Amino acid sequence: MYEFEYRKPASLDQAVAMLDEDAKILAGGQSLLPTMKMRLASPGALVDLAAIPGLSGITVAGNTVEIGAMTRHAEVAASKEVAEAIPALADLAGKIGDRQVRNRGTIGGSLANNDPAADYPAAVLGLGATVHTNKRAIAADDFFQGLFETALGEDEIITKVSFPLPEAAAYEKFVQPASRFALVGVFVARTGSGVRVAVTGAGPGVFRATALETALGGSFTPAALDNVEIAADGLNNDLHGSAEYRAHLVTVLAKRAVAAAR
Amino acid sequence: MPTVTMTVNGKQVSADIDPRTLLADFIRVNLDLTGTHIGCDTSQCGACTILVNGDAVKSCTMLAVQADGAEVTTIEGLAENGEMHPMQAAFKEHHGLQCGFCTPGMVMSAIDLVKRHPNPDEATIREELDGNICRCTGYHNIVKAVKAAADATGG
Amino acid sequence: MSETRENGIGAAVRRKEDNRFLTGEGRYLDDINLHNQAYACFVRSPHAHARINGIDKSEAESAEGVIAVFTGEDLAADGIGGLICGWGITSKNGEPHKAPPHPALAQGKVRYVGDHVAIVIAETPEQAKSAADLVDVDYEELPPVVNIADALAPGAPQIHDEAPGNECYDWEIGDKAATDEAFAKASHVTRLEIVNNRLVPNPMEPRAALADYDPGTDMLTLYTTSQNPHVARLILSAFVGLAPEHKLRVIAPDVGGGFGSKIFVYAEETVVAWAARKIRRPVKWTCERTEAFLCDAHGRDHVTTAELALDDEGHFLGLRVSTKANLGAYLSTFSTAVPTYLYATLLNGQYKMGAIYAEVQAGFTNTAPVDAYRGAGRPEATYVVERIVERAARDLNIPPEEIRKRNFIPPDAFPYETPVIMTYDSGNYQLAMDKANELIDRAGFPARRAESEARGKLRGLGYAAYIEACGIAPSAAVGSLGAGVGLWESAQVRFNPTGSVTIHTGSHSHGQGHETTFAQIVSDRLGIPIENIDVIHGDTGTVPFGMGTYGSRSLAVGGSALMKAVDKIVEKGKKIAAHLMEAAVEDVEHNNGVFSVAGTDKQVTMAEVAFAAYVPHNYPEDLEPGLDETAFYDPLNFTFPAGTHIAEVEVDPQTGKVDIVNWVAVDDFGNIINPMIVEGQVHGGIAQGIGQALLENTVYDAETGQLLTASYMDYTMPRADDLPSFNVETTNTPCPHNPLGVKGCGEAGAIAAPAALMNAITDALGVEIDMPATPEKVWRAAQSAQARAAE
Repeated sequence: MYEFEYRKPASLDQAVAMLDEDAKILAGGQSLLPTMKMRLASPGALVDLAAIPGLSGITVAGNTVEIGAMTRHAEVAASKEVAEAIPALADLAGKIGDRQVRNRGTIGGSLANNDPAADYPAAVLGLGATVHTNKRAIAADDFFQGLFETALGEDEIITKVSFPLPEAAAYEKFVQPASRFALVGVFVARTGSGVRVAVTGAGPGVFRATALETALGGSFTPAALDNVEIAADGLNNDLHGSAEYRAHLVTVLAKRAVAAAR
Repeated sequence: MPTVTMTVNGKQVSADIDPRTLLADFIRVNLDLTGTHIGCDTSQCGACTILVNGDAVKSCTMLAVQADGAEVTTIEGLAENGEMHPMQAAFKEHHGLQCGFCTPGMVMSAIDLVKRHPNPDEATIREELDGNICRCTGYHNIVKAVKAAADATGG
Repeated sequence: MSETRENGIGAAVRRKEDNRFLTGEGRYLDDINLHNQAYACFVRSPHAHARINGIDKSEAESAEGVIAVFTGEDLAADGIGGLICGWGITSKNGEPHKAPPHPALAQGKVRYVGDHVAIVIAETPEQAKSAADLVDVDYEELPPVVNIADALAPGAPQIHDEAPGNECYDWEIGDKAATDEAFAKASHVTRLEIVNNRLVPNPMEPRAALADYDPGTDMLTLYTTSQNPHVARLILSAFVGLAPEHKLRVIAPDVGGGFGSKIFVYAEETVVAWAARKIRRPVKWTCERTEAFLCDAHGRDHVTTAELALDDEGHFLGLRVSTKANLGAYLSTFSTAVPTYLYATLLNGQYKMGAIYAEVQAGFTNTAPVDAYRGAGRPEATYVVERIVERAARDLNIPPEEIRKRNFIPPDAFPYETPVIMTYDSGNYQLAMDKANELIDRAGFPARRAESEARGKLRGLGYAAYIEACGIAPSAAVGSLGAGVGLWESAQVRFNPTGSVTIHTGSHSHGQGHETTFAQIVSDRLGIPIENIDVIHGDTGTVPFGMGTYGSRSLAVGGSALMKAVDKIVEKGKKIAAHLMEAAVEDVEHNNGVFSVAGTDKQVTMAEVAFAAYVPHNYPEDLEPGLDETAFYDPLNFTFPAGTHIAEVEVDPQTGKVDIVNWVAVDDFGNIINPMIVEGQVHGGIAQGIGQALLENTVYDAETGQLLTASYMDYTMPRADDLPSFNVETTNTPCPHNPLGVKGCGEAGAIAAPAALMNAITDALGVEIDMPATPEKVWRAAQSAQARAAE
C-alpha cells in the first residue's frame, strides 16, 4: 500500500472540506482497501466517514425503507423490519460477499463504487430507489452510469438510500465461483408503476432488462419469459462465463425470481 | 502519525502508527500476537479473521486506525484460565484442523456464526463459513465441530 | 492386531499439536523474527518470455531503506549454482532428459511470468516492495507458448537452447508389441481424449524463508517452509553450493500445509540464504498469495489419448496411452519423475489389464514449473484408467460396477505383477466395491434419478476404483530408475533419565499429525503415557538425516523406522532389565513397557530401565550406558492403498450447476494407527479432488502468457458450501512387508475423487466433458445432450 493521509471528520461539512482532489472516501473499505493493498489505487488521503453521526441505521416508514449510507450489509440482512417490508432486499444483503465482508461493507460504499458485479446496485435499480447525498436526491435510473461510474460529483457524499416498497420482489444470484461476486444477479420487482428487472454481473454495469420488463408487464409469471431472450451483445465475456451464457442466465434467473417474488 | 488506542483481548493498547498499517499487521507486528495469520492478498481467505466489537472481520481489510476505540478479540484471547473456548475445544474434539494455519480465522468466524445462528443446520454452517478457506480438512470436520460447539453452548 | 490400548495403535487420539494451533501459539515461519532482520522482495518478470538486455538497479539501490539489490550476475560471481532436478529420465532413444540451467535469478532470459530477476533487500517490507518497482529491467519480448501441445508442435517458440523443439524427454513403458497384438484381437476398442487440468496447490500458509548467518561459527541457518528440510539442505549444499552441509542448518517449523508444493527447493530460499551471508544480516521473505500463484510449482497438466481393448464380454485385453506432459519453464526438483514413474506405472489400475503400452512426451512451456502435487502422477493415472473403464462400460452397455468386477485382480492373486513394473502387495478390491455400493444405496439409485428428473434435474452416479503406490521405495529400485536420492527414513527414540521419551523423525508434519500418531506408536509399544512423549521433526540441527514427507510415506516408511528403533530399545532394555532382575536375557519378556521373567513375579518397568541406563550404578558390564536408539528403514516395496469412491450428483441443466448430493469412500489403507486422523486425510484429499474436477483451473493467456487465474478472485478454491459431508469407511488388507502393516492415506482422496466425480457428471449428462466441470461447460453439454436427444 502506498502512503496516504488519514482524515476522520466529525461532520458531513468537515468531510466535504477534507475531500480535496487526491482524497477518497473510506466507508466500509471492503473494496477500496484490497485495491490499495494491490497498489492499484493510491489516494493521497482517506476520509473516513465512520465518526459522522446519523449516517447509519434503518427506518421503515409508510411506503419507504430508508437505509443510512454507513449501514453494514449484515445489519440489513438481519433486520426484521427490512425482511418484513422488502424481503428481497434483506435476502440480497445476506448474499453479498461473505460474513466478514457483510460485517464491514456499507450500502453507501457499495453504490459509490458501482462494481459491475456488485449486488446492491441491482436492488437499488430494481426497486427504483432514490440515492440521497449531501447535495441532492438522485433517482436510481440516473445514478448508475456504467463501469465504476456514478452520477456522484467530486464532493458529493451518499447519506442514505430510500427504497419504495414493491408489491413483490426477489433477487436471484448466480455466483462467480471464485470471487463470490455475481456472475449474474437479477432483481425483479413488481411495483405500482410496473415491473422492473435489474441485472448485475452480466454487463459493464447494472442495467434494466427492458425486454423482460415488457414481457412481465403483460403477465408476472415465469412462463411469460419462456421465449424472451436478451441479447448477448455487449455483455461480459470472461473466464467464468461467456456473454452468451450470461445472457441465458439472465432469463433463467429472472424466471426463478418471478416465481420466488413476494 | 495518528495514535490508535484499542482494547485487545481485554488489554488496552496504544501506539503511534503509519495510517496504512493494516489491523492484521498491527496485531501481528506491533502486538506480537502471531496467531492471526495472513493467507492471501485479496481479502478472500479469512485466515486473518478476528472479532471487532464482537463481529468477525478480516483484519487484513481494515486499517488499524479504523479500530480506534474498538474492542478486539484475537485467537489468543479466547481461552479463559487456561480452558479453551467451547469452539476451540470442539475443533480439537472433532479434528476440525490439520495444518492449523486457517484455524484461528476459522474459529473466530465460527464464533460469530454461532452468535448469529445459535442452532445452525449443516447448510447454514457451510454457507456462513464461505469467507474462510481451508485447504486441509475438506470442511467435513469443521462443520461437525461448529455444530457440536453450537449444541454445547446451548443453541 | 491386539486390542486397542488407550492412546495406543488404533485409537482415535485427539491431536497433541492442536493445543498450540487452536490457541494461536503455533510458530509458522512468518511468526519468527530475528534481531536486526531485513526484508526481501523479488523483482519478477512481467513477461512470459523475454530476453534481458540489461538491468539498471541504481534507482532502486538509492531508494529509502534499501540495503542491497542483487541480480543473477551477483549470484554467478559468488559461484552459486542453479536449481536442480533430482530424477533422471531416459528417452526411448536412450538419451537422458534435457536439463537446461535453472538459475535462481535470471541469466539473460526470463521464461515465465513471475520468473525471478532480482532481489531487493530493505529495512521494511514496504520499502523493499516499493524499491522493487524501481529496478529497471530492459526486456526484449519474445513470443510465448503456454500449452504443451503447442510447445511440442513444429515452429513453436524455442524456450531453452538445450531443449530443441521444447522437448524434455520422450519416454515409454510397457510392451508395445504385446499391446498391439491385444488390440488386433479386440472385439471392441474404447478411445478417450483426456485433459488433466493444471492446478495450483495453495497450502494456506504461503511459502517463506528467513536466513541468518553467524560469522563466529560460519553457520548459515535457513528457516524455510519445507516438507523435507534435510533434502533441502543436501541440495542447497551439494548442488547449489550455498555452504558445506555441516555449515548449513535448515529448520522447517510449523508448516501450514504443503500438498507437495513445499517439497521443492525454490529460488527464493536459495537467494535469501545466500543474501543473508552477503549482507551479514538476517533476511526474511514472505510470499504473497499472488506470487504463490505465479511461482509455486503447479500440478498435473497432461493431455492424453487412451485406448482400451476389450473382448465381447467386457474383459480388458490391453491399454494404450499416449500423454503429453507440461513441465513448465524449468525443471522443478522432482518434476521429471511425476509424469513417468509416478504416473504410467499405475496405469494398470485394479485390473487384470492384459498388455499395457504408454508413452509420455514431456516438454517446456512459458509457465510456472510443474511438479508433484497431492497424488503426483497417480491422480492422472487413475483419471485415465477409471474414465476409460467407465466409458467402455457405457459403450458396451455393461453396468460400471459389473465391468470392474469382471476385471478386478482377485484377492488370491497377490503378490500381483503388473505389465508396468509394479508388484501389488495385497488387496481385496471387490470387497471395497461391494461396501461402497451398499453405503451409497446403489439399488435405490434409479428411483432417486427418476425423482430428480421429475424436478427437472439430471442425476448421475460415478465410480472410481483407484489404486496408488505410496512410500516410494526401495532405494536400490528407484535408483535404478533414475532417482538421485535414497528413499528410506530415519527415527530416533531417545529415553530421558526420568522415563519420558523424545522421538526424532526425519519425516515432517505439516498437518498430518505426526506428533500424535508417532507418539501413539511408541506409547503402544513401550507403555509410556502419551503425554510423556514428544515428537521432534523439521530441524537438520537436531534430527538424524531424513527424507521428509511426500507420497503418503510418513507412516509406511517413517513409522516403520520408528518401529525398528523401538525394537532396538526393547532389545537393549532387555539386557538392562535382565541385569536388574538377575536373570538371563533369554528369559526376559517385554510387554507394553514392562520387562518380566517368565515363570516368576519379577518385573521392572521401562522407566526403571531408562533410569538405570543413565545412572548406571548397577549395570551390565560391556553395555553402553544410555537408552537412545536410532534406526533407518528402507522399504522392500511400495505400498498399494486402493479402494472405491462413488460420487452422486444432481445437475441443474438450466444453469449447469452441479450439486454433489452424496459421496462414499471405502479405502484400504492396511492397518490404521489413528482412525480420526485417517478420516481427516481422506476428507481433505477428496476436497482437493473435487476441486480439480469441479472448480479449479489454471489458465494462462495463450497469446500473452499471463496467468489469468492468479488470485482467489479467479482461481476457485473449494469452500465449505461447495462440498458435501463425506461417508468414509475402510477395509483392511494389511501391508505384508512393513512392521506396522500400514499403507498410507494422505493422497487417496485426491486420486480417486476426480474420476468418480467426472464419471458421475458425465453419467448425468450423457456426454463427455473435460475438467473442471464449470457451470457453463456443464450447461453447454446439457444443451447438446438435449439437442441430440431431440434428433
